[in-house]
Amino acid sequence: MAAEARTWQRPTAFRSRRRKWLAYVAVGALVVWSIASLSITPQRVVSGLGQGAQLVNQMTPPATGSENALRLADRMVETVAMAMVATVAGIVISLPVAFGAAENLSPRPTYYLSRAIVSISRSIDGLIVAIIAVVSLGFGPLAGIVAISFKTIGFFSKLFAEDLEDIDMGSYEAIRATGATPFQSLVYGVVPQVIPRFTGLSVYRWDINIRSSTIVGIVGAGGIGVLLQRAYSRYEYDYVASILIAIIAVVLLAEFVSAYVRRRVQ
Amino acid sequence: MLEVENLRKVYDTGDEALTGVSVDIGGREVVAMIGPSGAGKSTFVRCINRLTEPTDGTVSLDSEELTGLDDEELRVERRNIGMVFQEYNLVERLTVMENVMQGRLGYLSNWAALRRNFPPEDIERAYELLDLVGLDGMEDKRVDELSGGQRQRVGIARAVIQEPKILLADEPTSSLDPETSSVVMELLTHIADDRDVPVLINIHEVGLAERYADRILGLTAGELVFDGTPTELTDEAKDVIYRGETFDDTSHSGVDEAPDQETAVPETAPLLED
Ligand SMILES: Nc1ncnc2c1ncn2[C@@H]1O[C@H](COP(=O)(O)OP(=O)(O)OP(=O)(O)O)[C@@H](O)[C@H]1O
Ligand SMILES: [Mg+2]
Repeated sequence: MAAEARTWQRPTAFRSRRRKWLAYVAVGALVVWSIASLSITPQRVVSGLGQGAQLVNQMTPPATGSENALRLADRMVETVAMAMVATVAGIVISLPVAFGAAENLSPRPTYYLSRAIVSISRSIDGLIVAIIAVVSLGFGPLAGIVAISFKTIGFFSKLFAEDLEDIDMGSYEAIRATGATPFQSLVYGVVPQVIPRFTGLSVYRWDINIRSSTIVGIVGAGGIGVLLQRAYSRYEYDYVASILIAIIAVVLLAEFVSAYVRRRVQ
Repeated sequence: MLEVENLRKVYDTGDEALTGVSVDIGGREVVAMIGPSGAGKSTFVRCINRLTEPTDGTVSLDSEELTGLDDEELRVERRNIGMVFQEYNLVERLTVMENVMQGRLGYLSNWAALRRNFPPEDIERAYELLDLVGLDGMEDKRVDELSGGQRQRVGIARAVIQEPKILLADEPTSSLDPETSSVVMELLTHIADDRDVPVLINIHEVGLAERYADRILGLTAGELVFDGTPTELTDEAKDVIYRGETFDDTSHSGVDEAPDQETAVPETAPLLED
């Protein structure tokens, strides 16, 4: 007579199976409740798909008129220029913030101040910043540049500060021990260690900023988004299609350049 | 002349790493400090140039008291103290020349340092030193292309180009194989002679200490228990240094062990009391 076969079950991260099923049910209920509260019914999905098909129909073929193309090119140049200026400005401002937010290099009060700047910049969405910039500075690319620079500070300072915290402090300390000034020690002991990451992060942010720069125009902050918004409100869907294609082309190109440069420096 | 008096260090964690060490080091002597792991050897050398801040006691270099200096005065005085590290502590992505030149930064303006604008006489000195340490022709190599032994020689060149009044080395051979260790020790003793500076070397290989040092310091649990020549470092003395047993009756060692120890050590051994 064989003894009763022993069983085995993979232990769950929830500690008990009961708790696991409770968690699954809770998450499922939350999703159902969310859909219900947004009143998305099957009929609504069907009618939405119909409208989508109609839109695609109106978009083809994309507009190719030379006057439209000219305006598009004009705005696209503005878009790329905004991204460039905002990237440079944002990174220049980020540098002191990043060093301030690096725990190993910064005195306590500076550290907390810098971390606060990072948190504020990161907590507000780019489009909201753009709206505030438009309200306070007026329509146009200046508002876009300010908004994108502001978002760059949070992103760049946070990631660059993490790289600064990862450096080998031994070489910095050795240079301090020779009687070098703190500035000299940063230049010789810290900067060479973070140059590759700095370059990589810069092009990465530049590529993100190109994308942001195409959208802030929706709220009037300059760039191709202005044109897109206008074309939509005039129901010029074939022109909308041309603009979207142009945006996709530029963003893909930027992403390609960014990926290439990052691969080379790392 | 380095004069250390009653140097004491208590870390924030409560660890008392040095209990009050007094020692003078001068001339062109090569001094090896030996002792078990955690004895406080690193703490001792780091307290000299105040990479670690001492809790109590004084450190003076040629009558200049280092322990009382403010930040800027300390920076200026640190130019007179060369230091060599176990992990070399070079900047990997910089060239050999840039790493050696770090030893002269203290004499340069920030602007000149940023532009790598070094005075010709410093560059000349760097070339001579690279020759001395056996790295001639390597000035443009990046440090991450070098072997451990070569890196340590760059580290030594960086310390020597400071023209220091004393050279400190914290376990300069611990990351190296035995052969390279000997080369590095030879180089350090040669420099003491050649540059007429005392060299203080933390080292855990007793053999190397005996072979190369003029004088040996034994540190145990933050306390200096031996100070003498390599020949005076008898097996009994080593026992004291490495077993952490002293002649103090109140020490933590077993009561009945203490008398044994006392008779075992010849009277001539220069073991320090307390
Ligand atoms: N930064 C620190 N914070 C707290 N305690 C420390 C610190 N550095 C060293 N200590 C303690 O001080 C004591 C002496 O350490 P130290 O590094 O000076 O010893 P050591 O003789 O150099 O040892 P080793 O041969 O292992 O390098 C040890 O007990 C250690 O735990
Ligand atoms: Mg040590």
